[in-house]
Amino acid sequence: MFTGPSTYASEVDSIMLFIVASSVALLLIITVVMIYFVFRYNKKRNPVAENIEGNTPLEILWIAIPTVLVMFMFYYGYVAFADIRAVPANSLKVKVLARMWSYSYEYENGKQSDTLFLPNGRATKLDLISADVNHGFFVPAFRIKEDVIAGKINYLVLNPKELGSFDIACSEYCGLNHSLMYSKLVVIPDADFKKWLSDMPKDTIKIAGK
Amino acid sequence: MTHQAHDNSYVSYLDYKGKHSGIWAWLLSTDHKRIGLMYLTGIMLFFVAGMSLGFVMKTEMLSRGETLVDAQTYNALFTLHGVIMIFLVIIPGIPAAFGNFFLPIQIGAKDVSFPRLNLFSFWLYMAGGVVALSSLFLQGGPIDTGWTFYVPYSLRTNTNVSLALLAAFLLGFSSILTGLNFITTVHRLRAPGMGFFRMPLFIWALYSTAWIQVIATPVIGITIVLVIVERLFSIGIFDPALGGDPILFQHLFWIYSHPAVYIMILPAMGVVSEIIPTFAKRTIFGYKAIAFSSLAIAFIGYFVWAHHMFTSGMSDLARIIFSLFTFLVAIPSGVKVFNWVATLYKGSIEPRVPFLFVMMFIFLFSIGGLTGLVLGNLATNIHTHGTYFVVAHFHYVMFGGTVIILFGALHYWFPKMFGRMYNEKVATVSVILIFIGFNGLYFTMFILGYMGMPRRYWDYLPEYQLLHTISAIGAYILIAGILLMLHNLWKALRKGPKAVQNPWGGVTLEWTVPSPPPLENFDEIPIITHGPYEFPEAKGVK
Repeated sequence: MFTGPSTYASEVDSIMLFIVASSVALLLIITVVMIYFVFRYNKKRNPVAENIEGNTPLEILWIAIPTVLVMFMFYYGYVAFADIRAVPANSLKVKVLARMWSYSYEYENGKQSDTLFLPNGRATKLDLISADVNHGFFVPAFRIKEDVIAGKINYLVLNPKELGSFDIACSEYCGLNHSLMYSKLVVIPDADFKKWLSDMPKDTIKIAGK
Repeated sequence: MTHQAHDNSYVSYLDYKGKHSGIWAWLLSTDHKRIGLMYLTGIMLFFVAGMSLGFVMKTEMLSRGETLVDAQTYNALFTLHGVIMIFLVIIPGIPAAFGNFFLPIQIGAKDVSFPRLNLFSFWLYMAGGVVALSSLFLQGGPIDTGWTFYVPYSLRTNTNVSLALLAAFLLGFSSILTGLNFITTVHRLRAPGMGFFRMPLFIWALYSTAWIQVIATPVIGITIVLVIVERLFSIGIFDPALGGDPILFQHLFWIYSHPAVYIMILPAMGVVSEIIPTFAKRTIFGYKAIAFSSLAIAFIGYFVWAHHMFTSGMSDLARIIFSLFTFLVAIPSGVKVFNWVATLYKGSIEPRVPFLFVMMFIFLFSIGGLTGLVLGNLATNIHTHGTYFVVAHFHYVMFGGTVIILFGALHYWFPKMFGRMYNEKVATVSVILIFIGFNGLYFTMFILGYMGMPRRYWDYLPEYQLLHTISAIGAYILIAGILLMLHNLWKALRKGPKAVQNPWGGVTLEWTVPSPPPLENFDEIPIITHGPYEFPEAKGVK
């Protein structure tokens, strides 16, 4: 029902809508009932209170209904999440190199770039590598992020289905210029990507060949 | 009910003269009420300091680029704001100030079990505050790590991290000792006839909190010592460059700091369970459900810490387990909210100032709790993790929850503590300003977060401009409301009309002693024959 730059992004938005809709309903019930009681059982209208110590069926009901509801929420989140952890067999592999305070990207043939170019319609596994402290690789439009932890290689999978240019931010605090650590993801047609990837300046090839 | 404060028949704890005089009559007092009041003073002063830092931060965010301060200063500001608000205001907050003051009175005791230890806890709190403040001015400069002190950044920065950690260590000890004192007091000093299920729910909440303080706080103490050692001697525990593990730090940090969230919120829930019956003039709905939900929250709260680490690269299985437990801990909080609202049914409600704070709490805390579902869900968490969505969520819970009830408790017990009354009209205006300002300030942050605005950012992209502006305006309204509230209370303190013994018609034990209470609270220890919220005039009382 949503159109995002990836199937996963639309899925996250649908789950968000489900949680927000249930939450708004619950919030409205709580607030409206509270305000109604304050008016209906105001001291002026109801000078003598009635002691009601509890009601077991009611207690069970309002434990059971929210439990079922949150288990649904848990399940949907789990299913969608498990999806993006699976790495498709023919995935492109790109290394994300994070340092204070910029990103660069290295492709399998050794080509390096400051902008993350990816082919449309093909899954990419991003290996996240930090040169110094922790960073957070965050692509808001794709609804994905994963921390880039020093001394540990995390990964995430990106599967674009739409051409365009998208922001990449750093979501884990990393010092002075944390808020300036932006980069771009550019999704281009597969053919253009192949051409771009093989088109390397001579010095880059030399570095890669070493 | 006609008993007037400051009559000649007794000496109140405020006027009592012991062997010390002047400021020492306070700083060396082992009276739980004086200690509570000293905590309250410290907490309010630190709150105003933290709020001022917030004011500077929001003004910086009014426009893109440098508006008021540079990036380094901004990073220090949000770190200090977090450290002050969490370690010096919210964690000690309600238990140290109102718990100290009212726990012994509500269970019919003359003091806590260990009055000297109680004073020592306060001294540790002050020492922690002094060390935290001194880290601002000593060489190295104010810390810029964020209040979470994540390694390896906290090992690399040249700012005064070790000193700030030492402050947190001292404050942790203060918290442990207070917890120990409260547990012992609840077990040993209840008045004759007061079984556990005749205790006011505030006591249940303090009791549950105290167990978390005692069990969880040592973990942060050890973690802090390890970071200091790592900074000084480069041992290689957390630093990946030396073979250490930065994820280990995150686990240890959150094993304390998540249960600490419940240290912060449970006492506030206890206060809500006091205020609602008093103004609805009927017993609480589901006493045992509320009491047990406090224990359930305290228990399940130990097993959800790693939801702060959903994007840190933990195993998928760990993420799934912690997501499940996170959803489970939402249930007992929900139960409490439903029981509070149900308590209004067939009550005889007088919505005076403390009750207005409680209504505001129920609305704001519900939003805080419900947006927690977005963060507990793995898919939506990944997107909102580390963004303004999280900032909004925890301000709704910690500020909209705990601090709003800190204010509510202050208005509820003010006449009892000081024997004077404040202007209720002015207080109502401040409640309205706080409510409007709060939502303007923080609700915008949910939207910013979902749009992709990361937290701890000194600068932002042009598309976030409008919402940041609205948020800053909300902050100004909120601060105006808080200043009005503080001014009103300050005026009442100095020349407010004398308060009667029981201005709200409450039935727990603190309303049976004069306002302000005498030194040892009771002339004669009361004998308890019924539950805490039995209003004699209500229908259906046994």
